[in-house]
Amino acid sequence: MRTLRFLLQKEFKQIFRDKAILRIIFLVPIVQLLVLPWAADYEMKNINITVIDHDHSPYSRQLISKITASGYFILQNYTASYKEALIDIEKDKADIVLEIPASFQKNLITKNEAKLFIAVNAINGVKANLGGAYVSSIIQNFNQQVRMQWIQMPRFSPQLNIEVVPSNWYNPQMNYKYFMVPGILVILVTMIGSFLASLNIVREKEIGTVEQINVTPIRKYQFILGKLIPFWILGLIVLAIGLGISRFFYGIISAGSLWVVFGFAAVYLLAVLGLGLLISTYTVTQQQAMLISFFLLMVFILLGGLFTSIDSMPHWAQLVTRADPVSYFIEVMRMVILKGSGWADIKNQLLIVLGFAILLNGWAVVNYRKRY
Amino acid sequence: MPSVSAKNIVKFYETKNDKIQALCGISFNVTKGELFGIIGPDGAGKTSLFRILTTLLLADKGAASVDGYDVVKDFKEIRKIVGYMPGRFSLYQDLTVEENLEFFATIFNTTIQQNYDVIKEIYIQLEPFKKRRAGKLSGGMKQKLALCCALIHKPSVLFLDEPTTGVDAVSRNEFWDMLKKLKQQGITILVSTPYMNEAALCDRVALMQLGKILSINSPAEIINQFKKDLFAVRSSKMLSLLNDLKNFNEVEDAYFFGAYHHVVMKHKNEEQDLKNYLSKYSNDNLEIKNIQPDIEDCFIELMKQSHEIELH
Repeated sequence: MRTLRFLLQKEFKQIFRDKAILRIIFLVPIVQLLVLPWAADYEMKNINITVIDHDHSPYSRQLISKITASGYFILQNYTASYKEALIDIEKDKADIVLEIPASFQKNLITKNEAKLFIAVNAINGVKANLGGAYVSSIIQNFNQQVRMQWIQMPRFSPQLNIEVVPSNWYNPQMNYKYFMVPGILVILVTMIGSFLASLNIVREKEIGTVEQINVTPIRKYQFILGKLIPFWILGLIVLAIGLGISRFFYGIISAGSLWVVFGFAAVYLLAVLGLGLLISTYTVTQQQAMLISFFLLMVFILLGGLFTSIDSMPHWAQLVTRADPVSYFIEVMRMVILKGSGWADIKNQLLIVLGFAILLNGWAVVNYRKRY
Repeated sequence: MPSVSAKNIVKFYETKNDKIQALCGISFNVTKGELFGIIGPDGAGKTSLFRILTTLLLADKGAASVDGYDVVKDFKEIRKIVGYMPGRFSLYQDLTVEENLEFFATIFNTTIQQNYDVIKEIYIQLEPFKKRRAGKLSGGMKQKLALCCALIHKPSVLFLDEPTTGVDAVSRNEFWDMLKKLKQQGITILVSTPYMNEAALCDRVALMQLGKILSINSPAEIINQFKKDLFAVRSSKMLSLLNDLKNFNEVEDAYFFGAYHHVVMKHKNEEQDLKNYLSKYSNDNLEIKNIQPDIEDCFIELMKQSHEIELH
């Protein structure tokens, strides 16, 4: 016990003495949490639109002002021909081109129908998709409006209308930050756990201190615990800081108990630290450890459901995500913080992550050798 | 019971398409309280041998024991009683001198105070810098700190792997003085070094080359075994002189040695022949003197012999 206590003391001393590491542990996550949620926002704003209005009628003007007034679009340019508009797209100045034909108003009134032409720059798939959808829905709405003006109200509605009014549960305003912040926090905690723990152990190999340590009566478990416990504590501290930032900066108040969040994080960190330890047993230099951690983390993040919904992945990819501890924590964080889930709801995830912890740590301990 | 004993130790290093034999049957015994030197050029297998004896590496064949404990079975016991100072500085550079020492004391379940008498003489020189980080010490100071850390648990056997490599001449002498004092405290010391002149400072020396021990003896005995005539030769054109010497039939070996060339003759009493031979060539300011061999001459001779045996 005395040895372990001293090992921990030494480890903390080293961490707090290394200013760069200290900044990485505390400052970087804070900055990331303050900046990233604003960037990782799926709502499309500032879509540039170029309009070719051959009609110049009150209706066409009404339509254009309706589009620009929506707040999603910036009217980039009026051009006289489609050719000129296409140049805007080629120069990446416009994302969407809307062409209104010459007899738009006339056709609308006389024939009860009119055609519009929309061209979308699909270089950025998300932007194209959402921008196109926004324009269509605005035009639909305009259409509705026009019809309303003309209709002589009959006794009964001539057309059966099914109106769908969605109600968004757990995140009524569809605020992306509520959804992203807990996920980003998971990534930060994961990085502290796996990166720093593996780098720390590999560093001892690299500078040769492990050679000296190995010729001492230190037990394997003492050395390993001495390395894991500090980062376990630091991970929980970073989580606490992160939750504080989401509370005071983004107004995210956990709907569920924070005990559940921290309880799950405590187990989750064991799994992540086990991964770090495992990486360190297979690598000899910090560079190797760093690259392996980086590649693994990249896969974990992209498969973890932070940016894309796991449910919309192909079936085989969904199976792969089951081997991704990050996905469970992201899921649990969202469940607890947004939905207010309790222990009973996250029981499965907890057991699976516990399984990861046992598997990864066990593997690492078996593979960790004091002699060769 | 010998303090350290090795019997026929063999170690291979395997790479994908190559098998390198680092140690080819090493056997020796070191008695308690002895200062035992292992001398050999880089790549002789000194570090591999030390790593096997300190339980960091498993030998492929053979057996070894330290203080009666087997290096394979009782490795836990050995780790409690040996002090090991690796060739490379292996302490925590971001901890201070005092913290490093305290750390190693604690993991050996002791305290600095308890064994202060063992390290006192060395630590006194470090004391003024005890709040300094180990990484900021000079080379000689680092080495003293490493020695202190290896000694803090009062080991019965001390393994020093090339402790004087890369250290200046003054610090090296100081270091050997410290080793002599430690010996007086009854600690068995095994020290490896590539510097042949340091061999004279050991009680007994094993000369190692390419994984084999060529001879084990006391320095005095090694010099006694050198029976041939040895001359130191100098002239104003040293390079052509060496070629001339090597071309002479009566010369067995000739090599650079400081400001002179040392020349080993095949037969006794040939000084006059050598003089006559050399004066035939344009060797100005020729100077020839008959000298006593020192340990380095003996090693060069031994290495040459073993090389010749290998060729035949």
